[in-house]
Amino acid sequence: MPFKSIKDAISNIESKKISIRELNLEFIKKIKDNKNLNIFIYFDEKKIINQIDNLEKDNSNKKLKGIPLAIKDLFCTKDMPTTAGSKILENFNPTYESFVTQKLINDGAIFVGKTNLDEFAMGSATDTSYFGNTINPLSKKDNPLAPGGSSGGSAAAVAADLCLGATGTDTGGSIRQPASFCGVVGIKPTYGLCSRWGIAAFASSLDQAGVFTNNVEDSSILLETIAGFDQRDSTSSNVNIPNYFDNLNDDLSGMTVGIPKEYTIDGMPEEINLIWEESKKVLENKGVKIKNISLPHTKYALPTYYIIAPAEASSNLARYDGVKYGFRANGISSLDEMYEQTRGEGFGKEVKRRILIGTYVLSAGYYDAYYLKAQKVRKLIANDFKEAFKECDFIVTPTAPSAAFPLNEKKQDPIKMYLNDVFTVPASLAGLPGISIPFGKDKNNLPLGIQILGKHFDEQLVFNVALSLERSSE
Amino acid sequence: MVVGLEVHAQIKSNSKLFSSSSTTFGSSPNSQVSLVDAAMPGMLPVINEFCVKQAIKSGIGLRAEINKYSVFDRKNYFYADLPQGYQISQFKYPIVGKGKVSIDLKDGTSKNIRIVRLHLEQDAGKSLHDQNPSKTYVDLNRSGVALMEIVSEPDISSAEEAGLYISKIRSILMYLDTCDGNMQEGSLRADVNVSVRKPNDKLGTRCEIKNLNSIKFIKQAIDYEAKRQIKIIEDGGEINQNTLLFDTQTGKTKPMRSKEEAHDYRYFPDPDLLPLEIDDDEIKNIKNNILELPDERIERYIAEFGLSKYDASVLTIERSVSDYFDEVIKSNKALQGHAKIVSNWISTELFSLLKKDNLDISTSPVSPKDLGELIILLTTNVISGKIAKEVLTEMFSSKKSAKYIVEKEGLKQMTDSSEIETIIEKILSENQKMVNEYKSGKTKLLSYFVGQVMKETKGKANPKLLNEILFKKLN
Repeated sequence: MPFKSIKDAISNIESKKISIRELNLEFIKKIKDNKNLNIFIYFDEKKIINQIDNLEKDNSNKKLKGIPLAIKDLFCTKDMPTTAGSKILENFNPTYESFVTQKLINDGAIFVGKTNLDEFAMGSATDTSYFGNTINPLSKKDNPLAPGGSSGGSAAAVAADLCLGATGTDTGGSIRQPASFCGVVGIKPTYGLCSRWGIAAFASSLDQAGVFTNNVEDSSILLETIAGFDQRDSTSSNVNIPNYFDNLNDDLSGMTVGIPKEYTIDGMPEEINLIWEESKKVLENKGVKIKNISLPHTKYALPTYYIIAPAEASSNLARYDGVKYGFRANGISSLDEMYEQTRGEGFGKEVKRRILIGTYVLSAGYYDAYYLKAQKVRKLIANDFKEAFKECDFIVTPTAPSAAFPLNEKKQDPIKMYLNDVFTVPASLAGLPGISIPFGKDKNNLPLGIQILGKHFDEQLVFNVALSLERSSE
Repeated sequence: MVVGLEVHAQIKSNSKLFSSSSTTFGSSPNSQVSLVDAAMPGMLPVINEFCVKQAIKSGIGLRAEINKYSVFDRKNYFYADLPQGYQISQFKYPIVGKGKVSIDLKDGTSKNIRIVRLHLEQDAGKSLHDQNPSKTYVDLNRSGVALMEIVSEPDISSAEEAGLYISKIRSILMYLDTCDGNMQEGSLRADVNVSVRKPNDKLGTRCEIKNLNSIKFIKQAIDYEAKRQIKIIEDGGEINQNTLLFDTQTGKTKPMRSKEEAHDYRYFPDPDLLPLEIDDDEIKNIKNNILELPDERIERYIAEFGLSKYDASVLTIERSVSDYFDEVIKSNKALQGHAKIVSNWISTELFSLLKKDNLDISTSPVSPKDLGELIILLTTNVISGKIAKEVLTEMFSSKKSAKYIVEKEGLKQMTDSSEIETIIEKILSENQKMVNEYKSGKTKLLSYFVGQVMKETKGKANPKLLNEILFKKLN
């Protein structure tokens, strides 16, 4: 592999040390060699060659010209099918391009394929996909590991060097947790920074696009491209997007980091506490003041999330009914039967579970006790952060309570699976930006992630802290 | 009888509530469907500001509170013509709150009907069951079109009042230009809640009749339903809370679904949309741009032209008619004193001609100015009423002015008494035998002589003069 960074690839293409075609052919070969990992739902070599041909004819200067990227199969793409990892969209070909992928196309990126994910992004191990599970590239031969989820395909694609970057979406940790499991950098920006237009919805008030890369610099380059206001998304924010890459600065002197005491759970491997301690030490050496903080409602975050997200999902997924597009069951004789059979056969077990939970918590008689209460708690959680940020500039926590676990280990136990999101969900509920960067290993030599959380739209500082920690661990 | 109405009024707007698709009625199926309307994956609603303004305007017209904070909710249910699997509506926080509408009854009194709320919502598409024996087709042209649901308190106590209420709502919205009021095309339709009780008893169990799209059907349905309920109670039975449909063929209501089958719509705030916040300036702005409303116009007609309240309210109910009336009056100051005559000529003579040619008053071949001219000729005795009717018919077909026609056809009334006298003498001398009969007591022959003179003068003789002179000559 010639390069592991977008930054290097860009400069080598510009100085003509390598052509766009040469670069991409190497990635194509690597993708073909790693088919066993089941990272891509859609991969067609001809489509990549087409993109190369077009870019070679294009004389304009484009920031990401020729950079191979993988796209989570939740983003609707015009030239490639979009499945959301579900049978119900098995043969769905959108006639439109999502906001985020369009921005990447405008900047000259090449899409190598669409990556596997948990069905409709519901999962933490990329094992609920209709197209089978993805294998973590860091697995030993006899012990296949989960890549995390739901953006497990994208995280694995970057970790296995099948591309230089990938898009993901994060609703409760779906970028940060797989980034941690696969040992790559993954950022979920502030809710509203990137338009949700053209991303199949899971939970509208939480869904946010982001990116996976091999390093923090690349992350800042890609995020700058996909961020921005879009009037077609009413929740998109009209804020100024700084030039994150040009403004990168690892000088953090005079800053204060918040260390929340609630971010630890029973049975968490000791190494996670060790890397957390290590991160504090690094920051302290950089002149950062350590402040122990409390986010008192953290323990309610997970149950709150597992009410709000399924509630929204139960409604968002109602459109998959067999009437207009996608899968429709055979041998039906009435409208009700069409709904029952189509949705019964078209959705997997986890999606059905969440639709049921969501339907239940919104039902007459239960709404106040569940949904309404969860909305109130969500406000309290957001307020915890607001208070905390009066005392600190950013917050550092572990990303996940464990390293990558063996495939299928938690598949039978949804509660255990949901626990994976325990450190990522609070920031999602508060709409805050968070990044996970690889920072140390566990006793099995598997990567562990550190999460940096910032104030709303303070992605620049999140990147700066991440860069600082990244440089210290090199 | 206790009646409350939920009126669904389609907002007059070129594009839909949350998408930019066109709202033109009668286009070929599925030709006005955006990605948002078809609920494609990843598509998001964006509020159409114009529709919000229209709702505020309507709220002001209903003399209602405008809520500066309102929220869009999702009403979840499955149906083939509901692509999202939910309707975006407003549940807990509607854009418009309490208001009132005044209706003018035949006996000259007025009654206020209280409005509970007005909220914005999306219309559904249409399921077409009659295109194929074994299939249902779906047309999404209407999917996402903006509706205002206007909910009344149960202040209505007869079918007649319900008819007046919906006419008034329609009138107000059409004055404001926020709804085209076309009930045939479904731009305005109503769900009607009916219950009955003995005087001073507590409210009875109500039944809801869905989707009525004409004032006639609304009145018929209410009358039928009230009778049905009274009969059940008088027979010792109980009313079950039901949702009903009105069969326009049989004139009867029939159950659609009962309470036990009622949906749980699982309303919750739509996370794709931010709450709607409106500031005072915007409301003030809209208020300042509202011209005259029906009630204000009624007051003006009473004060300026001395019309009765009932006449004024009949005249103003259709804005186009009332506008036409105003134009006629405006065309000549002299007409201000003849408002009642103008009103009669519009509502009888002009309307019968329009109806015959299936025309709307806004496309009348006779302009308000031309009608004004005709009425001036009439009220200044230049022509008689009978001639005026003939002139109007001629104006209608030839589009010539009244003066031109009267001039060209020589239709001016004969008001020279010596001229009339000469003709009378001629007629009498030609009918000497009948004159004798008259004189011997057959006075009924007077009208025969009048008729003969009119025939001779082609109807132009001033009737009053003619009668006077003839009477003198015969006696």
